[in-house]
Amino acid sequence: MSRDAGRGIGKLLIANRGEIAVRIIRAARGLGIRTVQVVSEADRGMLAARMADEAIVIGPAQSAKSYLNVEAVLAALRESGADALHPGYGFLSENAGFARAVTAMGRTFVGPDADTIERMGDKVNARAAAIAAGVPVVPGSAGRIDDPAEALALAASMGFPVMIKAAAGGGGRGIRVVRDAAELAAAVPQAMAEAKAAFGDGGLYLEAYIENARHIEVQILGDGETVLHLYERECSLQRRRQKVWEEAPATALPPETREALCASAVRLAQSVAYRGAGTMEYLWDPQRREFFFIEMNTRIQVEHPVTEMITGIDLMREMILIAGGAKLALSQQDIRRDGHAIEVRINAEDPARNFFPSPGPVHEMCLPEGEGIRCDMGFDPGSTVPPYYDSLIGKLIVKGETRPQAILRLREALEAMRIGPLPTTLPLHRALAHDPELVGGEVSTQWLEAWLARGGLTADAAG
Amino acid sequence: MTILTVESALPGVIFLSPSPEVPVFKRPGDAVSAGETIALIEVMKSFLPVEAERPGTFLGYEVENEAGVEPGEAICRIEVTP
Repeated sequence: MSRDAGRGIGKLLIANRGEIAVRIIRAARGLGIRTVQVVSEADRGMLAARMADEAIVIGPAQSAKSYLNVEAVLAALRESGADALHPGYGFLSENAGFARAVTAMGRTFVGPDADTIERMGDKVNARAAAIAAGVPVVPGSAGRIDDPAEALALAASMGFPVMIKAAAGGGGRGIRVVRDAAELAAAVPQAMAEAKAAFGDGGLYLEAYIENARHIEVQILGDGETVLHLYERECSLQRRRQKVWEEAPATALPPETREALCASAVRLAQSVAYRGAGTMEYLWDPQRREFFFIEMNTRIQVEHPVTEMITGIDLMREMILIAGGAKLALSQQDIRRDGHAIEVRINAEDPARNFFPSPGPVHEMCLPEGEGIRCDMGFDPGSTVPPYYDSLIGKLIVKGETRPQAILRLREALEAMRIGPLPTTLPLHRALAHDPELVGGEVSTQWLEAWLARGGLTADAAG
Repeated sequence: MTILTVESALPGVIFLSPSPEVPVFKRPGDAVSAGETIALIEVMKSFLPVEAERPGTFLGYEVENEAGVEPGEAICRIEVTP
């Protein structure tokens, strides 16, 4: 009965592109919802635009003039007659002003309300909310810092190394690590100027830098009253703070820690009456065996499929149902974990040339198929990966009963997968899937860059 | 007189100054040295330098700031020092 309320959405506008737009269209179709895809002039022919019931061109290729252009997206929403908008990830997905404008037009924003985005999307506010909810946070500044002298005094009391982050930053941007007072004194004015230029806000905050940390995050779903967790993912494999390879569950976590971690995420989401899909990101310190909340993403994430694979729950579908007014039909007991899933990101980058961008036409695309294999692609043969946006072509996701079985399946799937002629990160993943350390699970957020620096890719390719 | 046309090697968006608040890399009449950055091209969120292959005198840009360019498209012209 309550699920029928989710059918309140009749027509959904997708304010995103690439693989996530395709994913949203599939979920909407499954719910009998019509779809409108917005596209830049460079994306007219993209897969999602061909799949959607309608496509509307919103501006030139550059993101600032199309997918990030609030007025253009709102005009398309008005013109299309869609009653809801899905923002995907990136672009306008965590822009509270945009969410507010969508709601002010009498349309549904598929995500939390603007006040929640404001509160949880801002790192300083989110940290304060975490402390209030009794969730451990990385030692750091109590609020934003606008004065270099204040930063120095605080870092001295916390102990080095420390991380300087932009209060308004995100996606790994605007972060730097300093190891002593002299480095800090030099870095703070620079970081303020950069934050002002990049985000329009020069506010900073400081955090203790945890060496050998692992990145673990908890998926949650809330309907404004009930909040459930869908267990955790481990995303420690990163290059330039961008995730490359993600797993669920995080096998490094002791069971009692997993329970405490997931409970803390639920507690925090409940404290803001969270509505929609969201992710609480944490650092896990394997030496101290402690976890620390770092930030929340108030949207769907790239790596959501690994959670779907181990829980059997369609997160995108749930997200749309909740936005349509439905209450969660699940209880925490219904959410079970089964097996191990791994996702690898296939990017248009050349690993042999230090990940040089490789946009261009896709002539060949051969995708692996079979039990426990899923491909979420944003492009198909005959389409072109444009140079204007991020390099993600799609994702390969595999599941096995255990982590070793998932790795075997990943190796086979990667051998069968062909994308060309443009160079992609497939060779990187083939090498990683055979690396003894990674297979052994001994990684941290610094591991991948160190592995690349010591020639892990070439050594493995030669062997 | 040899005129060198610097072409884009990649598709992307051209930026004629290092950041929005500062002047363009080169103005007509400026000296250019070999390997000097004369523009930036944004490709998939990375900013890569466009360099002059040879030294000379800068004649002018052939594209507008923030224009989309294709491989082989002219970025600027340089009168090469003999």
